[in-house]
Amino acid sequence: MKNNENGSDAILYKKENQFKEIWRRFRKSKGAVIGLILFIVIAGGLLAADLIVPYEKAVSQNFGARLAPPSMEYPFGTDGYGRDAFARLLHGGRTSLSIALLATFSSAIIGSSLGAIAGFFGGKVDNLIMRSLDIFMSVPDILFTMAVVYALGPSFTNLLIALTLAYFTNYVRLVRSQVLNLAEQDYVEAARAGGAKNARIIISHIIPNAIGVIIVNTTLNVAKIILYESTLSFLGLGMPPPHPEWGLMLAEAREFMRTAPWLMFFPSAAIVFTAASINLIGDGMRDALDPHLKS
Amino acid sequence: MNTATHSKPLLETKGLKKYFKIRKNVNLHAVDGIDLELYPGETLGVVGESGCGKSTLGRTIIKLLEPTGGSILFNGKDITNYSVNQMRPLRREMQIIFQDPYSSIDPRKSVIEIISEYSFIHKMYSSKAQTFSKAVEMMELVGLAKRYANSYPHELDGGRRQRIGIARALSLNPKFIVCDEPVSALDVSVQAQNLNLLMDLQDNFSLAYIFITHDLSVVKHISDIIMVMYLGKCVETAPSDELFINPLHPYTQALLAAIPKPDITMRNKEFQLIEGEVTSPINMKPGCRFASRCPHVMDICSQEDPEFLEAAPGHRVACFLVNDK
Repeated sequence: MKNNENGSDAILYKKENQFKEIWRRFRKSKGAVIGLILFIVIAGGLLAADLIVPYEKAVSQNFGARLAPPSMEYPFGTDGYGRDAFARLLHGGRTSLSIALLATFSSAIIGSSLGAIAGFFGGKVDNLIMRSLDIFMSVPDILFTMAVVYALGPSFTNLLIALTLAYFTNYVRLVRSQVLNLAEQDYVEAARAGGAKNARIIISHIIPNAIGVIIVNTTLNVAKIILYESTLSFLGLGMPPPHPEWGLMLAEAREFMRTAPWLMFFPSAAIVFTAASINLIGDGMRDALDPHLKS
Repeated sequence: MNTATHSKPLLETKGLKKYFKIRKNVNLHAVDGIDLELYPGETLGVVGESGCGKSTLGRTIIKLLEPTGGSILFNGKDITNYSVNQMRPLRREMQIIFQDPYSSIDPRKSVIEIISEYSFIHKMYSSKAQTFSKAVEMMELVGLAKRYANSYPHELDGGRRQRIGIARALSLNPKFIVCDEPVSALDVSVQAQNLNLLMDLQDNFSLAYIFITHDLSVVKHISDIIMVMYLGKCVETAPSDELFINPLHPYTQALLAAIPKPDITMRNKEFQLIEGEVTSPINMKPGCRFASRCPHVMDICSQEDPEFLEAAPGHRVACFLVNDK
């Protein structure tokens, strides 16, 4: 395609390699690579959960082996109902992580779009969006989510909706302030002078310049949402039992904190490692996407 | 350049006004009734001190800002009330080069993406490859080496970044470019290079410029006609040479007197500088706007607006000193 009559000049332009370029810059950051490897290991483990240990073991109760410490048979011990904590961790992680990731992305997309629209168009549109947001924010998050889950009933989709509604407001405010600043830049005016439409200005100039902040915020939110979800589980509004989930495991382990501390340790560690790996990836992505830091 | 050789002006404004609303009934008169004519291939230099409305004038003429009053005629068509969509095809003919080479180009785009953006918007060329090869031609035209095509703006110096802005404006083959202080952010040697580039381009493509600047030596170098602005009003218009030899308005005289001269006999003489502050452009009273700082102020100056009248052929001035003679 590039080898037409203008081949030599067209080759000068190597935007086709943009992803390669970003990957090259991403690889340069040690933290980001460690984060990515960690995330692949965790995600791989969770995806292959059925091959490693059957779901049956995560939910079948064995009262003969209640609160067993870690051993060859139960690598992470057993909980108060004698269920294999290792199996619960693996199978529960699938739910926790997928809800956290999906809720983060949906809130990021909805919130960022609303924020971009409010910041870019200003005036009445801005007022309408921001004042409606005030209504959302005037109700405490936890109360709001509880109301949503109560109304819709606890299930995977409803949890997703509740968490998205609780988190998208952050993005609206964050992105709006970014866009307010970016829309004032001369290069936006230059694009207008060239006849660019609003959609082009937003997609091609504003979003790429605001993306760094959005990505960092998004990765931080994944960890927050995992914890928030555990709060909901703790209140009995998470995934319906006996289905395992990291937050629920933590909540259940609280009872046995003194007698069986490992029950608390493993889910906490899982949350920490997942959150850390995603944050590291986020930092690396932000740097890789910014041509200023290109070397 | 002889204006008589062209029958029709490319651009004409009549009583062009741009007010910014501050509060209810409180307006900032940034541009307050400007009449100008620009013929194809000509350069109109607009000078004035900071805040006198030069940049606002430039942006209003190409409708990046909506005019408050008056009219703009481009190629004989009244474009004053054109909508954004109606303006789009005209963008190919009127362009702008911005003052700040740092903020006027998107830091996340490579040089070739910035230069080819306008061509993509207007679908100037049939294929992507052709658009890029045209953009590379533009780079060569403004003296940017091909190897910078994939560089990012932050990797280049101010002069080169400004050339990106010039190449971008030229990529649509415009007839008319507003140069909004295009060299004031650059150091003197680079200024000269870029000015010469702009003049060469003008010769090659018979471009008309409105050249906005606060630097009189720059404006003398490049302009055919110079317009001196003070607080949103035009106080004097004259052919470039005439203005420097025979300035009539006290403000123009003061501006010219403030140019440092490399003359040893002047060493111990003090400059005749104008005193006082610029009056606020918000809700102005009638009368000459320069009255409060004018060394020759008379009673009539604060009562009536001086008319903008011809004092010599092609030399128009708004001052009672001259016009009452």
